[in-house]
Amino acid sequence: MRALFDLVEDYKKTDIPDFKAGDTVAAHVIIKEGNKERIQVFQGIVIQRRGSGATETVTIRKISAGEIGVERIFPIHSPIISKFEVLRKGKVRRARIFYIRKLKGKSARIKEKLS
Amino acid sequence: MPGLIGKKIGMTSIFVEDKMLACTLLEVGPCFVTQIKTRDKDGYEAVQIGFEEKKEKHTTKPLLGHFSKAGVTPKRVLKEFDFNPSDYKLGDILKADLFQEGDIVSVVGKTKGKGFQGVVKRHGFAGVGGQTHGQHNRLRHPGSMGACSFPSRVFKGKKLGGQTGGNQVTIQNLKVLKVYPEKNLVVVSGSVPGSNGSYLIIKK
Repeated sequence: MRALFDLVEDYKKTDIPDFKAGDTVAAHVIIKEGNKERIQVFQGIVIQRRGSGATETVTIRKISAGEIGVERIFPIHSPIISKFEVLRKGKVRRARIFYIRKLKGKSARIKEKLS
Repeated sequence: MPGLIGKKIGMTSIFVEDKMLACTLLEVGPCFVTQIKTRDKDGYEAVQIGFEEKKEKHTTKPLLGHFSKAGVTPKRVLKEFDFNPSDYKLGDILKADLFQEGDIVSVVGKTKGKGFQGVVKRHGFAGVGGQTHGQHNRLRHPGSMGACSFPSRVFKGKKLGGQTGGNQVTIQNLKVLKVYPEKNLVVVSGSVPGSNGSYLIIKK
């Protein structure tokens, strides 16, 4: 039965880097304007990874203009994302770090995980 | 309307033109022609097809005779469809390649049974919302039912609680997104009635 799903979900990417909540990630989004294409980078902290398989999504939160929190949800295997770039590994204790939404400034920092 | 018998496998989502679409996987066919009804003999034209294997020991003797006449093994589901009878003969195999990408199909199935449900779930009533004005413990009730001394009864057909779900439903205008004839797999947009593994009729 599961094999039939794999057949349909043939758009799955194999080159997704390993990242999880707390990491700083840049998503390279392809934006089509007329017949021109350009790449917009959305960079921020991964708050959660949700789902599994071909329908898995990631929520990335960035602080825009110094104080406004902006969150975007991307399907990880979406064709409009050219690549994910892992910029920094964060050290957090949870798989979903929603508490970060309430924090501002210094307290919203995440320690770097040094391997 | 020509069509085939199938089975719901499950839902997922796929990307079509960079957009994520919810879709349902259906196992469609292979179906076998078990009877051909003609105007001379039966008064109308139709083709009866069967889907999914069934053990011989679970089949009644009259049905065994019916299947052996068509030269096929016993089948679990039998349904008539509006095929042109002259194009088919007994024992023919119909496969998922009856459908093509981009086709618009209707899917008939039985919805999931929900048991005895109140008016809020069954008919979308708003319930009795108030917390004050003497209202308590009637949050999901139907409210006032009739009128006054006239008609001094409740009209027939008043929407009330009762058995919900488990009835036959047709979903129209579902688009065929992908077809895999060798795996008997058809992917349609949106949802179809019933739980995974339930039988469906897919009409063109």
